[in-house]
Amino acid sequence: MHHPSTAYTRTAISLHWIIFALVCCGWALGQYMTGLQFSPQKLRYVSWHKWLGVTVFTIALVRLAWRIHKPAPPLPATLSRLQRRAATAMHALLYALILVIPISGWLFSSASGVPTVYLGWIQLPDILHKDKAVADVLKSIHAALNWTLLALVCGHAAVALKHHFVNRDDVLARMIPLLKSFNR
Amino acid sequence: MFRNALILFPLLALWPLAGAAQNIDPARSTITVQSRQMNVPVEAPFRKFTAQVSFDANKPEASSARIEIDLNSFDIGDAEMNESVRDRNWFDAKMHPTARFVSSSVRSLGGGRFEARGPLTIKGRTLEVTAPFIVKTSGVDRVFEGAFPIRRLQYNVGDGVWRDTSVVADEVQIKFRLYQAMAKPAPGK
Repeated sequence: MHHPSTAYTRTAISLHWIIFALVCCGWALGQYMTGLQFSPQKLRYVSWHKWLGVTVFTIALVRLAWRIHKPAPPLPATLSRLQRRAATAMHALLYALILVIPISGWLFSSASGVPTVYLGWIQLPDILHKDKAVADVLKSIHAALNWTLLALVCGHAAVALKHHFVNRDDVLARMIPLLKSFNR
Repeated sequence: MFRNALILFPLLALWPLAGAAQNIDPARSTITVQSRQMNVPVEAPFRKFTAQVSFDANKPEASSARIEIDLNSFDIGDAEMNESVRDRNWFDAKMHPTARFVSSSVRSLGGGRFEARGPLTIKGRTLEVTAPFIVKTSGVDRVFEGAFPIRRLQYNVGDGVWRDTSVVADEVQIKFRLYQAMAKPAPGK
């Protein structure tokens, strides 16, 4: 039995890994499709990329609501004040990015004159008019935010691994329950 | 030259009935194409076209229209994509730079709605189309507004890998809004 205050809920863990998987797919697909020549395959990938973005955004909202409903377990007591602050800031930024990156992509698409139709079925509203200059800026923003996300996710993972292998605490294991059962 | 004269011939026959054809104001008029990519509607304009429309609401059957579109002027909003669309698989704009519609008949549908029929030529292929439209008055202008579907594959537009209609749908909407300074009484009338 997990102590309720030191464990993430099953729901929180699932949402974390689902978003991780979707973000990996969306990120890689976005990177790959950008370099492709104008082709049916490219248009197909662009649509899939947008669907992934809408999905990540929606699940991120659910995740945020869940986190408010069931707050995350406290950080290990061994952390310094600085480490606590860094951890809080990192988590806040990651949440912000998984919400803001899909929005920036949607706006970029709008400004390019291409609406987003989720799953080829639900058309999102376009709040921006078609404008090449605006689209170019939004494209750069979308890309910059994504490189920031990549850097932060690497940092996030590195710190989690450091907790597991150097500090030997349960910070990583509480997000990967399998690790906990191995350790016992 | 000779070919053009032949195409003009049926139109010339209509001119005496309709009075002199008038030019459309290209600055305010728009002709756009709306296609669907994975069910995503994408609309893009032709920047250059010429149109002569002669219209008489009281005698719609005497009306006529001739529209020529410069396919090189299609502007989807991205240089690379514009280049691709001029390519052989799409418009083949080097070989076939102009799309052309010449009305063969115009009739009233009632309630301020009309319908123009006639051959539409794109990429060297000519097919009969029917374009419903409405006529509005805006200040000193008359505005002809309408849309009609065509099947791009019937014109071989989007050939090769692009024949896959699961990405770009076969049906494409042609939308037009043509501004025309209101007809003044012809001299001598």
